[in-house]
Amino acid sequence: MSDDLRIKEIGMERSRVEGALKVTGRAPYAMEHGAGHGVQEPLHAFLVGSTVSRGRVLAVHADEVRGSEDVVAVLDHTNAPRLADTDDEEYAVLQDDEVHFRGQVVALVLATTSEAAREGARRVRVEYAAEPGEHVFDEDSEGDEPEKLNAGLPPSGSTGEPDLALASATHVLDETYRTPYMHNNPMEPHATTALWDLGPDGAELRCFDSTQAAHSVRSTLARLFGIEAGRVHVEASHVGGGFGSKGLPHAHNVVAVLAARSQPGRWVRLAVTRQQMFALTGYRTATISRFRLGAGPDGVLGVISHDVVEQTSRCKEFAEQTVAPTRHVYAAPNRRTSTRLVRLDVAVPSWMRAPGEMPGSFAQEAAMDELADLVGLDPIELRRRNEPEADPETGKSFGDRRLLECFDRGAERFGWSERGPARSRLEGDWYVGLGTAASVYPAYTQPGNQARVLAEPGGYRVEIGAVDIGTGARTVLRQIAADALDVDLDAIDLRLGSSDLPIASVAGGSSGTSSWGWAIVAASRTFRAQHGTSPEPGDESVAGPPKKPVDEDYALHSFGAQFVEARVNRFTGEVRVPRMLGVFSVGRVVNPKLARSQLVGGMTMGLSTALFEESWRDPRFGHVVTDDLATYHVATHADVRDIEAAWLDESDHRANPMGLRGIGEIGITGAGAAVASAVTNATGVRQRSIPVTPDKALGWE
Amino acid sequence: MRRFEYARPRTPQEAVDLVAGSDDAAFLAGGSNLVDHLKVGIASPGVLVDVGGLGLDRVEETDGGLRIGAGVRNSDLAAHPVVRSRYAVLARSLLAGASAQIRHQATTAGNLLQRTRCVYFYDATTPCNKREPGTGCSAVDGYQRYNAILGASAACVTVHPSDLAVGLAVLDATVEVLGPDGARTLPLADLHRLPGDSPEQDTTLAHGELITAVTVPRLPEGAVSTYYKARDRASYAFALVSVAAVVAGDEVRVAWGGVAHRPWRATVLEEALRGGPLDEETVRAACLEELAPATTGPGTAFKLEMVTGATAMVLTDLAGRAR
Ligand SMILES: Cc1cc2nc3c(=O)[nH]c(=O)nc-3n(C[C@H](O)[C@H](O)[C@H](O)COP(=O)(O)OP(=O)(O)OC[C@H]3O[C@@H](n4cnc5c(N)ncnc54)[C@H](O)[C@@H]3O)c2cc1C
Ligand code: SF4
Repeated sequence: MSDDLRIKEIGMERSRVEGALKVTGRAPYAMEHGAGHGVQEPLHAFLVGSTVSRGRVLAVHADEVRGSEDVVAVLDHTNAPRLADTDDEEYAVLQDDEVHFRGQVVALVLATTSEAAREGARRVRVEYAAEPGEHVFDEDSEGDEPEKLNAGLPPSGSTGEPDLALASATHVLDETYRTPYMHNNPMEPHATTALWDLGPDGAELRCFDSTQAAHSVRSTLARLFGIEAGRVHVEASHVGGGFGSKGLPHAHNVVAVLAARSQPGRWVRLAVTRQQMFALTGYRTATISRFRLGAGPDGVLGVISHDVVEQTSRCKEFAEQTVAPTRHVYAAPNRRTSTRLVRLDVAVPSWMRAPGEMPGSFAQEAAMDELADLVGLDPIELRRRNEPEADPETGKSFGDRRLLECFDRGAERFGWSERGPARSRLEGDWYVGLGTAASVYPAYTQPGNQARVLAEPGGYRVEIGAVDIGTGARTVLRQIAADALDVDLDAIDLRLGSSDLPIASVAGGSSGTSSWGWAIVAASRTFRAQHGTSPEPGDESVAGPPKKPVDEDYALHSFGAQFVEARVNRFTGEVRVPRMLGVFSVGRVVNPKLARSQLVGGMTMGLSTALFEESWRDPRFGHVVTDDLATYHVATHADVRDIEAAWLDESDHRANPMGLRGIGEIGITGAGAAVASAVTNATGVRQRSIPVTPDKALGWE
Repeated sequence: MRRFEYARPRTPQEAVDLVAGSDDAAFLAGGSNLVDHLKVGIASPGVLVDVGGLGLDRVEETDGGLRIGAGVRNSDLAAHPVVRSRYAVLARSLLAGASAQIRHQATTAGNLLQRTRCVYFYDATTPCNKREPGTGCSAVDGYQRYNAILGASAACVTVHPSDLAVGLAVLDATVEVLGPDGARTLPLADLHRLPGDSPEQDTTLAHGELITAVTVPRLPEGAVSTYYKARDRASYAFALVSVAAVVAGDEVRVAWGGVAHRPWRATVLEEALRGGPLDEETVRAACLEELAPATTGPGTAFKLEMVTGATAMVLTDLAGRAR
């Protein structure tokens, strides 16, 4: 496929186009658009969250607040504008009196200053008829099987005779692995600045939004508010991270527009606070994975069985695809996966970096590490013996699966041969151990993307409605455009970050560069076919990739191997990770500098989830009480020492014309298991759940 | 919008008069704790009396040791040459706290008087006796990881979050206070209290009493000291447990953080170890004695092991250096 794409700018190390703007504070984020962007005298909205997890709102007492200085309006379910579509309970905000989870938006205060709005919100008194809610689940919870998991995957599947085969296996592992609730916590909290404009020919809605998908915010708002998509304009020129939490619109998007709708012609700013993010903008469910592995004397797997229990909100289903990686990584004739979903009166879960793949890979890789011990094999050797010929699930070829090469290269570079038996290395006060795990992530390309190429004097404007959430998309797409049009980088003016530009899919699923890049290549080719190599300024073409872009004969995945050195203080159990290495096979790397950031960033987040991150939901109240950055611990600089990412020099022509497979999420998969493996090797205490906190590291818990 | 008055007095007495004269007034130092409380709605004073202009920002060497102004920034104190050379425990306890940015803002008195970090205290939607007396304690049967294991009451099980306070406790520091009835001094050990039936009261100070300075006596010749903070991440996290220790000849002094509503001077342990060997086994045995009255829940049981381990690590290390 990549035959006729020039490869000159692709592969070059380039700094972020907007880097200087960002570090000098001149890149405007969603809340920072002011008069210079047409945002005059905005009103400020502050949300009031429910303090019960289930029940009804009986009354919202806000007369006093309404009468106070600077307050413009208080909206609740009795007076908020009506939505055209209330099917989705997460989005049907302030439409009825029902409370589905603690922290749900039950009112909002609009004022001329943010302080007045916040103070007003604090003084609104809400009366409830509360009902007891259910907030916890465990391995025995009943639950039910969802129809589909996220990404449209089946919840369960079975081949062969797993139970029979287990009964006759030489080595049997039957253990439970756990991951906690986690919140995405991007640096920039969610925010929207919105205007409901009553123009001469009808309403127009304008938003500056912190989103990973301007087009899906547009289409969702259009549907909910019953106006044409063409009348909704969503801009997201700069976004301070999302990690999936901005991949789909959430309640705050709707509420901001409800507020704007109630004050036509007036801009409204809504910033979600860090604490509110824990209830309103998605999170990763906790997962409980029962893993059963059956192996012969040589460690060759006869059975892989993975049964998951996880939860969702009773008001909206989101089923994390935790069983997904189990289906694609190791070969075994007898395989089973199952998912049980427990519905609770809690906030709505959603995408978080590598949904399913992250918690699933933790469970699977931790189980493989434990099996290696059981069989008495080196963990890498165990994986070598279970390398599949083809995708175990579909029987399709992986195309280019180089997982073992990643392991071998990494092992050499990291000094894997120095690894001793468990609890055999004490240096000063610290037990030292090494660990490893595989990383895997599917190579997605989203259908339906389009790009526009427009000739300008001296160059080309290339437009696509994608969003750069800090990944460097603007920069790599420009590189791809230069090669696609066979011109210098300087000749490309790359525009993105608006729903007024050609339709683009979400910055998610590690699919952005593949999906958008392909659209740019297609549009460039169409442009050359239509206008030749010496076009007139004003000539333009809009095009996208073929309807089913992905070659369905292959099960395309990225792979990697991660290596970790862990040190555990023998007196306190504190864990330090001085070294971490990931070797990845991700197809062609468009920009080594930015790719390194993505991979190291993914590994860092993996390290962070392995050691620290946990949203502690209070079982009585039903909300997360570790809801700020002082209590929800993410890795600090002092925790992140020497993290190195390397990749194989390759190009996967089966994936797309650029030969790339996506790098945004693979770094977080496997990282947790590699850390747990290293801690286990250091202390001899088997780690089956994350985060590996000091109390767990030495088995005190 | 909630409005408040802001006063900037020039003398300590003026500041005291301003606060003592109004139930609704509070001292404001670096603001790194109090301003958070204003934002979250835990505190809503009508008058903020800024103590930044009172000239309390000097560190003086005295015959007996050091006199540290209430307004000295945590970062300045940690960097002070005398502190660095003679009071390792003090420098380390300061540097173990918060982040560089917050330490630049935080003051001596503000640090000692910072309030609990209990998640329920911060979450105005949940019951908390410390925030709203009589509503109940959500932490006893809730999120326990940062709860006390010593000296807690049914009314409140939280710990004091300050690292500096633990460092000062082991140094036998004294607090100088100016109040409506004049000046007084009290041992730092008596500044913070156990929660008992009135957890809303963190300290023994009366309303309107201003801390003006903290004095630290000289350490005996040849003394070695340190501070170790065990925490959930390497930086920018409150203590799970912490240990401040001084070894001077036969004398062993230990204070624990992260275990009680105030810095916990481990007097039983100190007595048990006086004059004896400081090997790991002996220290662990002494910790066991000190911890005899401890009560734990599922979320805090590990602290027994952890504080014992940390104390053993610190004391065996100091013993090696004291020789
Ligand atoms: C994210 C975060 C992490 C932190 N981590 C740590 C940590 O690990 N360890 C640690 O020890 N601390 C930590 N802190 C707390 C920090 O040390 C305190 O916020 C700081 O020391 C308070 O000092 P301040 O001068 O800003 O006090 P302020 O906020 O101004 O005041 C605090 C209290 O003291 C009173 N007060 C101030 N001065 C006087 C005076 N002279 N006399 C009488 N009353 C007075 C005020 O009225 C107020 O009640 C952290 C804080 C944050 C925000
Ligand atoms: S432990 Fe103390 S501060 Fe925490 S909820 Fe209970 S009373 Fe409040």
